[in-house]
Amino acid sequence: MAGKTLYDKLWDAHLVKQRDDGSALIYIDRHIVHEVTSPQAFEGLRLANRQIWRVDSVLATPDHNVPTTVKERASGVEGIEDPVSKIQVKTLDDNCDSFGITEYKINDRRQGIVHVIGPESGACLPGMTVVCGDSHTATNGALGALAHGIGTSEVEHVLATQCLVAKKMKNMLVKVDGKLGKGITPKDVVLAIIAKIGTAGGNGYAIEFGGQVFRDMSMEGRMTVCNMAIEAGARAGMVAVDETTINYVKDRDFAPSAAHWDAAVKEWQNFVSDDDAVFDSVVELDGSAINPQVSWGTSPEMVVDVSAAVPNPSDEADSVKKAGMERALVYMGLQAGQKITDIHLDRVFIGSCTNSRIEDMRAAAAVVKGRTKAASIKEAIVVPGSGLVKAQAEAEGLDKIFVEAGLEWREPGCSMCLAMNADKLGAGEHCASTSNRNFEGRQGYGGRTHLVSPEMAAAAAIAGHFVDVRQFELEGE
Amino acid sequence: MKAFTKVSGVAAPMDRANVDTDMIIPKQFLKSIKRSGFGKNLFDELRYLDEGMPDQSCEGRPVNTEFPLNLERYQGASILLARENFGCGSSREHAPWALDDYGFRAILAPSYADIFYNNSFKNGLLPVILDEAIIDKLFTEMYAEEGYELTIDLEQQQVITPSGESFAFEVDEFRRHCLLNGLDDIGLTLEDADFIKAYEKKRRAEAPWLFDTIK
Ligand code: SF4
Repeated sequence: MAGKTLYDKLWDAHLVKQRDDGSALIYIDRHIVHEVTSPQAFEGLRLANRQIWRVDSVLATPDHNVPTTVKERASGVEGIEDPVSKIQVKTLDDNCDSFGITEYKINDRRQGIVHVIGPESGACLPGMTVVCGDSHTATNGALGALAHGIGTSEVEHVLATQCLVAKKMKNMLVKVDGKLGKGITPKDVVLAIIAKIGTAGGNGYAIEFGGQVFRDMSMEGRMTVCNMAIEAGARAGMVAVDETTINYVKDRDFAPSAAHWDAAVKEWQNFVSDDDAVFDSVVELDGSAINPQVSWGTSPEMVVDVSAAVPNPSDEADSVKKAGMERALVYMGLQAGQKITDIHLDRVFIGSCTNSRIEDMRAAAAVVKGRTKAASIKEAIVVPGSGLVKAQAEAEGLDKIFVEAGLEWREPGCSMCLAMNADKLGAGEHCASTSNRNFEGRQGYGGRTHLVSPEMAAAAAIAGHFVDVRQFELEGE
Repeated sequence: MKAFTKVSGVAAPMDRANVDTDMIIPKQFLKSIKRSGFGKNLFDELRYLDEGMPDQSCEGRPVNTEFPLNLERYQGASILLARENFGCGSSREHAPWALDDYGFRAILAPSYADIFYNNSFKNGLLPVILDEAIIDKLFTEMYAEEGYELTIDLEQQQVITPSGESFAFEVDEFRRHCLLNGLDDIGLTLEDADFIKAYEKKRRAEAPWLFDTIK
């Protein structure tokens, strides 16, 4: 019999009941909740007079709607200027209070983006099943967990039953071997993967990221990669447990107590694919060939090397794809053949659940240190992923480096990743963004997003346009 | 949940690949704490020429007269014809809520993003998967014939065109069952409460750290 993949093992360990019709009940260990996708679920529970099955498994925090300026944050929920946002954040507070759910409220120092606080607090652990009403929940897969986004009906379902009705997905292995070049980041790796397999490439699959590149990668980097599994169409992305994972988890707030630690580690070490495991699909990339990536279009698969030019739709044979490219060029206000480094930029956003962890802050700060933001960039904001990331960055003096370089240092939240709060692009503005989606209107009505790594975004803030951060560093040295 | 057995209605086009959830319902409308009322803002950035705001009436907003759903011939459509990877992006269930609230009962496309696909079933909205070649054919026929109506029979798992031609489609047995009967799957799962409790008991003994309280 063939061995099992990491996903097979996680699935088997959480199978409550396999039904005859092919569906299954899967047990959920951790449920993270935010303000946008939960109100209707709580309302549903109330209407049906249902209880929460295991309230101690739930952790909540507001992130999407929270303002990021010190001024607007100073008076907590009451200070939120947008009345509709305020109601939504308040509703989360009320629901958590009345159901007895632990919530990191708006100005709790542990508040932050759901996918940042899960691993950071140790609420999400290796070997767990983790869900959240948010597609980027896959981030937690970096821990060697089965984590994926769910809709609001499923949020209600998990609250009421601690289970999810699921069907087993297929297994895909994305294998990146070799060694990444200097200045090449996990973000470049995942963008290169999406460019290769397409935004629908992972539909129906759980992706395991394997190979030397991921073995060498930090936990923060693995989170960046797993975060964007959804942009490749996969509901879940994951990396096998190793020393790096275990060292990361140790001493976190909710890590297993000393009494359970050894047993936990022993169990976690099993969460790796067996050598003879069979994957339904295998995709291979050469890590040493990956260059800094920049997205030019309105889908995360529309990505090229920074040294390249905007592609020409007439080179595309598939008619549906070609039409998509033509539409993207019009929306983005770009010409085929235009050099990526010639694109005019208006704003820079460093943040989001893809790139707002301490490593990202450090990497961006290292690029802007001692330099000054280009005058042509209207605004460059740096938004830490959580209150704890913010505190750590400030302890290291990173906030000062950003401010001295002319960038703004903000309070934690989703911010300009999806612009549900006041941080947004104006119509027609181009933004170098470390977030994960470049869809039309994502960062503001008519806004034009270019997805890049924190290093590339920081370099763009200084240069006023995209530059190959590798060259940039050399120039500065 | 409302049941879906057989639906006939005018088909309307969403003729592009990778239609994402931000396009289906832009984020500003996600601030609502309700489950209804999203229909007027379905495809908001494509339907209107200005930026829509939550809690705003859409009467009098400048309309994009080229967008198919604004054309006279597609008024009252209940079936959406779409391209590959429909519903990609976020997990927002507001996307199927908006489609449903607008009046769509079914979508036909070669493929869907997983979360969207799943969310649709929970809301009585049937996402039908058909071969790309069949979808192409339906698009062509629809463009050629005003008032082009399709029938979707979930019981028989058939899509039937005005000429009587029919195409079979596959759907999960569990989802089909729930949809045909309008079943609430929380209720169904709770019938298995004993299995859940037995699982918890076993895991609590094997891996007690999984049951530590979050606080
Ligand atoms: S940072 Fe962006 S992608 Fe991440 S949870 Fe927030 S809105 Fe979603």
